[in-house]
Amino acid sequence: MRKKLSNKLVQTVMIGPTVLWLLAFLLAPLIIVVGISFLTKNAHGGVNMPITLEAYKSMANLDYLMIFARSMWLAAETTILCLVFGYPLAAIIARSSKNVKPILVLMVMLPFWINSMIRLYGWMTMLRTEGIINTILLGIGIIDEPLAMLYTDGAVVLGMVYELLPFAVLPLYTSIEKIDPSLLEAACDLGAARRRSFMRVTLPLTMPGIFAGSIQTFIPALGLFYVSDMLGGGSSMYLGNLIKNQFLSARNWPLGAALSLLLIVITIVLMRLYTRVGKLDDIV
Amino acid sequence: MKKREFKPLSVLYACLAYTFLYLPIIVVIVFSFNTSKRNITFEGFTFEWYAEMLENEQLMQSFYNTLIVAFVSTAISVFIGTLCAVGLHRFEFKLKQLISDSLYIPIVIPELVMGIGLLVFFSSINVETSIYTLIISHVTFSMPFVVITVRSRIAGFDKSIEEAARDLGANELSTFMRVTLPMIAPGVVSGGMLALTLSLDDVVVSYFTAGPDSTTLPLKILGMVKKGVSPDVNALSTLMIVGTIAVMVFSQLIQRKMEKKNG
Repeated sequence: MRKKLSNKLVQTVMIGPTVLWLLAFLLAPLIIVVGISFLTKNAHGGVNMPITLEAYKSMANLDYLMIFARSMWLAAETTILCLVFGYPLAAIIARSSKNVKPILVLMVMLPFWINSMIRLYGWMTMLRTEGIINTILLGIGIIDEPLAMLYTDGAVVLGMVYELLPFAVLPLYTSIEKIDPSLLEAACDLGAARRRSFMRVTLPLTMPGIFAGSIQTFIPALGLFYVSDMLGGGSSMYLGNLIKNQFLSARNWPLGAALSLLLIVITIVLMRLYTRVGKLDDIV
Repeated sequence: MKKREFKPLSVLYACLAYTFLYLPIIVVIVFSFNTSKRNITFEGFTFEWYAEMLENEQLMQSFYNTLIVAFVSTAISVFIGTLCAVGLHRFEFKLKQLISDSLYIPIVIPELVMGIGLLVFFSSINVETSIYTLIISHVTFSMPFVVITVRSRIAGFDKSIEEAARDLGANELSTFMRVTLPMIAPGVVSGGMLALTLSLDDVVVSYFTAGPDSTTLPLKILGMVKKGVSPDVNALSTLMIVGTIAVMVFSQLIQRKMEKKNG
């Protein structure tokens, strides 16, 4: 009996802090966000009673729908580009020799450990009108006038792909690595051409990796407001910037909260879709 | 396996991909040694910006804040996260599955929503944003990663070894310190490293939970880029890049050594 009691105590000491932490700093904030979305904004930038559905109604506005569509498109574009450019890289790493493989994997992760602001700042330096890329292109005479690259939608896509590429490459690498080489050999022995064996063997077997990679790029892509702030110069508005502005500059908390919930709903739907195909653990 | 065809093409592709990943980093480093104030062409080599960086109090303050937040939040995450992971491994109880599942929430919800949630939470309990709120928010997103990393390390771990220690008269604390901890050490180290890098890299959550006096370096850069940045930012960024790479490479080495030792 005493042992059982002391076991309960040890259990509480071990697990309790984490549970309390999550309740206080994760669950409570989320509940407050839900609550705020049903309140009315006041003149001081805060929220008041009465409870209304105003915030949700105001979301059905053409401008917001455009922003929403543009964000979904940007996230989709980013995801596709990450997969298309990431797949060959992941395959090359997975098939490299034993000695170089860990180095190649480490080298994909390394830039991702360095702060994104620093890396995006590097891109800004390069993309500027009087930046390196323009200087070089002008120098070799490919162009006569500097190209406007920074503060365009293209720069935003580039920044997003840059930020999220490792998230696509790593799951792809893991799933390509898992393929038993004898399967490919078998396909080859049975006379399948390289392309055919890729389409019929490699691609289907790496579907879990493709799926994990897409989820891991698509979800963050919806919320990365700072990429468009830095490289897009705020020229086009995306969902992330819109939400951020409702809390910091426009001061319409209910609308911001409602939009945040929309973001969560999209995330949950995507995750559900994912857990049907793969395991949650693969995503981490 | 059959001979690898198109190898030169693979090498070329890999080179291009890695160039893409590293180019902006190299540019930041190169221009930190440039005599010209404008990051356009390389005019000459200088250490001037490193001296200037040390003079720039605001910049240095944001750098210290970044480090303090990263180390304190990592320490807290590792401490409570490791305890939780070991506890979840050891005990069976009703809410176990629910707790395990909810650890994934901070990982999968958009960072933006988490940042906003914490902002409205702190403001609703009348707590002003400061370095403390920043630390709390960093623990919130990094601790689950520690729990999950440590748990995956313990998964194949024989419970009877701990039980043997207790049967031989070791108390809870010494069992944990002398038996459990050494066995899960690689997991704890990698969880801690993950927490540290997540904290150093975070922009989104910090954006909402940092106070006016507790801006971190990333936030500082974000705020400065619009006004045009001077190369002392490059200098400090270079130090951060070198520091991050050193820590990560070092930790990979330790981990590999530990894993070899423990099998």
